[in-house]
Amino acid sequence: MLNSNTAAIATLKQLALTVNGKPYQFQVDLRESLLDVLRNRLQFTGVKQGCAVGECGACTVLVDGTPVNSCIYLAVWANGKTVVTIEGIEKDGELSDVQQAFVDEGAIQCGFCTPGLVLSTTALLDSGRTFTEAEIRRELSGHLCRCTGYQKIFDAAEKVLGK
Amino acid sequence: MFNISVLQEPESLEAAVEMLRADPGLRIIAGGTDVLIRVQHGGEGWSQLLSLRNVKELEAISLRADGTIVIGATAPFARIFEDPIIREHLPSLAEAAVSMGGPQIRNVATIGGNICNGAVSGDSASTLFALDALLRLESAEGERIIPIHEFYAGPGKVHLRPGELLTAILVPRSSYQGTGGHYIKFAMRKAMDIATLGVSVICRVKDGAFEDLRIGLGVAAPVPIRCAEAEAYAIGRPVTVECCREIGKLAVKATKARTSWRASKDYREHLVEVLTERAVLESAQRAGGRHAE
Repeated sequence: MLNSNTAAIATLKQLALTVNGKPYQFQVDLRESLLDVLRNRLQFTGVKQGCAVGECGACTVLVDGTPVNSCIYLAVWANGKTVVTIEGIEKDGELSDVQQAFVDEGAIQCGFCTPGLVLSTTALLDSGRTFTEAEIRRELSGHLCRCTGYQKIFDAAEKVLGK
Repeated sequence: MFNISVLQEPESLEAAVEMLRADPGLRIIAGGTDVLIRVQHGGEGWSQLLSLRNVKELEAISLRADGTIVIGATAPFARIFEDPIIREHLPSLAEAAVSMGGPQIRNVATIGGNICNGAVSGDSASTLFALDALLRLESAEGERIIPIHEFYAGPGKVHLRPGELLTAILVPRSSYQGTGGHYIKFAMRKAMDIATLGVSVICRVKDGAFEDLRIGLGVAAPVPIRCAEAEAYAIGRPVTVECCREIGKLAVKATKARTSWRASKDYREHLVEVLTERAVLESAQRAGGRHAE
């Protein structure tokens, strides 16, 4: 028992990060993933755990604006960084353009993949670039939708990204 | 939670090398997209890690005055795909980079990690073989530079000495200048999949004939390979569909494909033949050669 306690104490590290515009500072266990911390410590449960091995994209969050799979990203790596989860996308109760496009196109079925897809699409929009159809498909390929509603998801993304 | 007991996070290469010297048992982690999966699955010997994430000097991609392209070991695949130097001089490496994993993986997974984990299916390997890339390795004893084909020891095994880490991939000007190249990844899915076969070709064409041809294959043997016989056959021969077909046939001779759940030996050999032919033809066209129908 003493040993396991010692191990736990030895692996604590200080973490300072900004999540959805709000600064946080607390101790994390270096064994925790960013997904663990966002869901279990900060209650941002819009970050979904799907496969837990970086395949499905349900846990996608933006770290300094870049989409990453938070399930295979150590929480301590987010030190000093700015994280955005789906909870940080709406502004003052208004849906973002990306969210509205997903609603308008009916791009949501069970909703489990939706937070990640909205975040990846938001990162593409924020890049200020335009994307061809093939590029949109490629850039959203790291998300699995097990309801297989890909066409409507693509339509929603194209609505805000294509032009 | 991940089974991690130690996580060293040096801020410089010098500090990283010193930490590795003091404790050669530390395993190196960069993007973490492979290592954390191993840790999660309780991989033996993976609980003490040395992270290269804060060693910013290892991320850079640059073009030296002598024309050598230096790719930092921790450059993520997304950056390699976007990088103007890579796009201009090593377009087939950009093709390979964007074929790896999905966008979120490419944003963090590094080219050095892709090489050092020794996977024969690594998307960068076949192209770096075709480019005759060199690897710069560093330890407390100093630096050594070796050809990439001397680095792979077997499936998942590389010749990284204790206390040593990969710092950069070097592509000399003579390897890429005036070449055309093409990478074909064959997998069951178009994204988020591991290659059933990877074919990467670099060639030079002069007066309609092959002046230089280099074929790198991934997943055709226990380690990435080149196809010596097929390459030698091509030199001096005119770029024709028939010639490329023969090159594809000869490429199979270099392989030691095996049957796995992903594909049978016969199927892999068929893929080698057909995809090599296509990659060679496309590379030759990109190198400026028009082929006679």
